[in-house]
Amino acid sequence: MARKHRGIAADGGSDIVAQVVAQGDRLGSRMALVRHKIAVMSGKGGVGKSSITANLAAVLASQGYQVGILDADINGPAIAKMLGVRAQNLSLSENAILPALGPRSIKVMSMDLLLPGDKTPVIWEAPTQQNSFVWRGTIEASALREFLADTAWGELDFLLVDLPPGTYTFPTLEQLVPDLVGIIVTIPSEVSHLVVKRFISLAQELGTLLAGLVENMAGYTCPHCGKVGELFSAAGDGERMVAEMGISYLGSIPFDARLSASADWGIPFALEHGGSPAGQALAHVAAKVKEFVGESRR
Amino acid sequence: MKLSCGNCAQAMQLVKATDLADGSMSIIFGCASCGNRVSLLTNPGETQLVRALDVQIGGRTVPPEPMGLVRSALARQRDDAFVSQSDVPQPKEGVIWTEDALRRLENVPAFVRDMARKSIERYAMEKGCHQITPEVMDLARKATGG
Ligand SMILES: Nc1ncnc2c1ncn2[C@@H]1O[C@H](COP(=O)(O)OP(=O)(O)O)[C@@H](O)[C@H]1O
Ligand SMILES: [Mg+2]
Repeated sequence: MARKHRGIAADGGSDIVAQVVAQGDRLGSRMALVRHKIAVMSGKGGVGKSSITANLAAVLASQGYQVGILDADINGPAIAKMLGVRAQNLSLSENAILPALGPRSIKVMSMDLLLPGDKTPVIWEAPTQQNSFVWRGTIEASALREFLADTAWGELDFLLVDLPPGTYTFPTLEQLVPDLVGIIVTIPSEVSHLVVKRFISLAQELGTLLAGLVENMAGYTCPHCGKVGELFSAAGDGERMVAEMGISYLGSIPFDARLSASADWGIPFALEHGGSPAGQALAHVAAKVKEFVGESRR
Repeated sequence: MKLSCGNCAQAMQLVKATDLADGSMSIIFGCASCGNRVSLLTNPGETQLVRALDVQIGGRTVPPEPMGLVRSALARQRDDAFVSQSDVPQPKEGVIWTEDALRRLENVPAFVRDMARKSIERYAMEKGCHQITPEVMDLARKATGG
């Protein structure tokens, strides 16, 4: 007489279920201290997800909120550089890792802080790297869970999560953090819109609340003649796209060479050039996001 | 995964899990009612998948360390990635560069800039200083003999 999997109560001694439940509990109690969890994502690479994450964090932190950033781009981390914390060490306390501290006390956790050199790729120990595709996604999901659960975030008003390009990480994150709110980033090009629309649909199918769309690198002011020109061909299409996808428009951020220079120097642009058009646009996006999550304290 | 005894259809109990040198694992299950024993052998990929899930076959004997998986599984790590809390003066605020200091940093050739930046920040943090001004840069340079 054969028995079914469900017909046997326990797994014979490893109690894998209890181990997984314990992992979830650890994550749950850490996340319970974070009021708003916000994922900055796109599906597309190079559209400014990390820059917008860093600058929204800076805007919110300078308004007096407690802010943390988790760099979920495990293989291409950029947040530590953008916040100028690459030289810092993480410190080990009893049951958590103290994150790096950026400007305005923004707490930062990133794989970059663990890697020995600029050129070091993320490689996981294994008896063989052959067929590593079988388990690499799983270990990355576990790493993400550890970053969320084992960082001493403390009480936060906002935890911003900077996602990598592609659609691979988001469903994992969504499972780990069910009350996640998404911000979608695109640039005004049809190629970007094509990828981003698919990403929005995925998020909608997973039931994620989306605060809305940010159009980045929308327009460029010539430093010589002051004329505003377009960098990409689908200028103005963002508003049509949000209507098509049924999400809100959070605003557009112009291209500003100083934004990229600030990121390279490790100082959030919004802290240095808050009064510039791009700085004001970032503040506007932050205000819309606060409105979406019902944050009216400040 | 659960094992049921082929002889008497009882749930089998885990007896012993052993890591073998080639990355595979031997997991022995026994049947309490007839004494039947089976040994399950995993291939290295299967062992790695279990490890990637951060669960332990045979059960957890010690509570997990913070970021235990990342710290044990990341092959190449900074030596000083984690310092114990008592070793470092924790800055309350991260290090901030003044505009003047940044402009000076811009004059440093690009290929050594990151290194210069790191050593200046390290110096500032050691001194418990949270704002880097051109003066701090001078002091850091003197201190590191640059
Ligand atoms: N509005 C902007 N103006 C100027 N440069 C920008 C702007 N947004 C992003 N960048 C630059 O574009 C590059 C890609 O941005 P990044 O934030 O890394 O994108 P992602 O995280 O989506 O891959 C970076 O060098 C960044 O500094
Ligand atoms: Mg990025």
